[in-house]
Amino acid sequence: MTDLTGKCALVTGASGGIGADIARQLHAAGATVGLSGTRVEPLEALAAELGGRAHVLPCNLSDAEAVEALPKQAIAAMGSVDILVNNAGITRDNLFMRMSDEEWASVLEVNLTSTMRLCRGVLRGMMKARWGRIVNISSVVGATGNPGQGNYAASKAGMVGMSKSLAYEVASRGITVNAVAPGFIETAMTDKLTDEQKTKILAQIPAGRMGTPGEIAAAVVYLASPEAGYVTGTTLHVNGGMAML
Amino acid sequence: MSDIADRVKKIVVEHLSVEEDKVTENASFIDDLGADSLDTVELVMAFEEEFGIEIPDDAAETIQTFGDAVKFIKEAS
Repeated sequence: MTDLTGKCALVTGASGGIGADIARQLHAAGATVGLSGTRVEPLEALAAELGGRAHVLPCNLSDAEAVEALPKQAIAAMGSVDILVNNAGITRDNLFMRMSDEEWASVLEVNLTSTMRLCRGVLRGMMKARWGRIVNISSVVGATGNPGQGNYAASKAGMVGMSKSLAYEVASRGITVNAVAPGFIETAMTDKLTDEQKTKILAQIPAGRMGTPGEIAAAVVYLASPEAGYVTGTTLHVNGGMAML
Repeated sequence: MSDIADRVKKIVVEHLSVEEDKVTENASFIDDLGADSLDTVELVMAFEEEFGIEIPDDAAETIQTFGDAVKFIKEAS
């Protein structure tokens, strides 16, 4: 059983379905968790559910200054950031020919640029500690593409390339950087799909069902664990066989 | 040798695991002391903490040798 006692983890998008389960499982493994997100209420509800070792750290990831401040706030609250999970993400779907610069830029800003800023913000402490785990939540569509999601897919593919580059730079310091690429997971994001869309999607998934947030969280906990110290620069696909990469 | 130079030398010796007598005025961190580019970033971080100063990135790039570091820190602190 993974033991993260004494480790402090910052999780963005912890107000969402996947992020909340990531925080729950890291917490269950013994970690202190910093719960970040834009909506304070669900974060406070989650912190109350977890009891001790949970800190609410609201942050709007489209605000560059707030993003720069978040690692410092997390360190002030928890003492360090040993594990960073960049889970927050937004979609602004549109056909490519209709996509506005604003739709493109806002998705890249939140999904990719804020991830870069947060990685940069936690590295100093990890370098000094000679230990760190960064897990970036990408998406299957970053590898396969998806019509209507040119911006989202670009941001998620960008996270993979960024993670690999950073993994090279900091591997000798005991810091691993990996990505988890979920397939279709039961969340508010996929609830918006119509039954027809869901039927089509399920036909593409060998497992014959959508994944659960807990199945993504389990992958994150593994990559955050001391046991995964030799795993870096990889993308762990959790998609029921939808894309075997 | 000044107190600042001693403290800088201590950081360099510890961080790069080199012999103290190798850390001379003109010793280049990368060419003579075996540092890689990430080591130089870490050295700058360590200097910032030891001396309570901020070393901006463009200034950090000019700090190539032990002597450069001591000179910069003397002027900054």
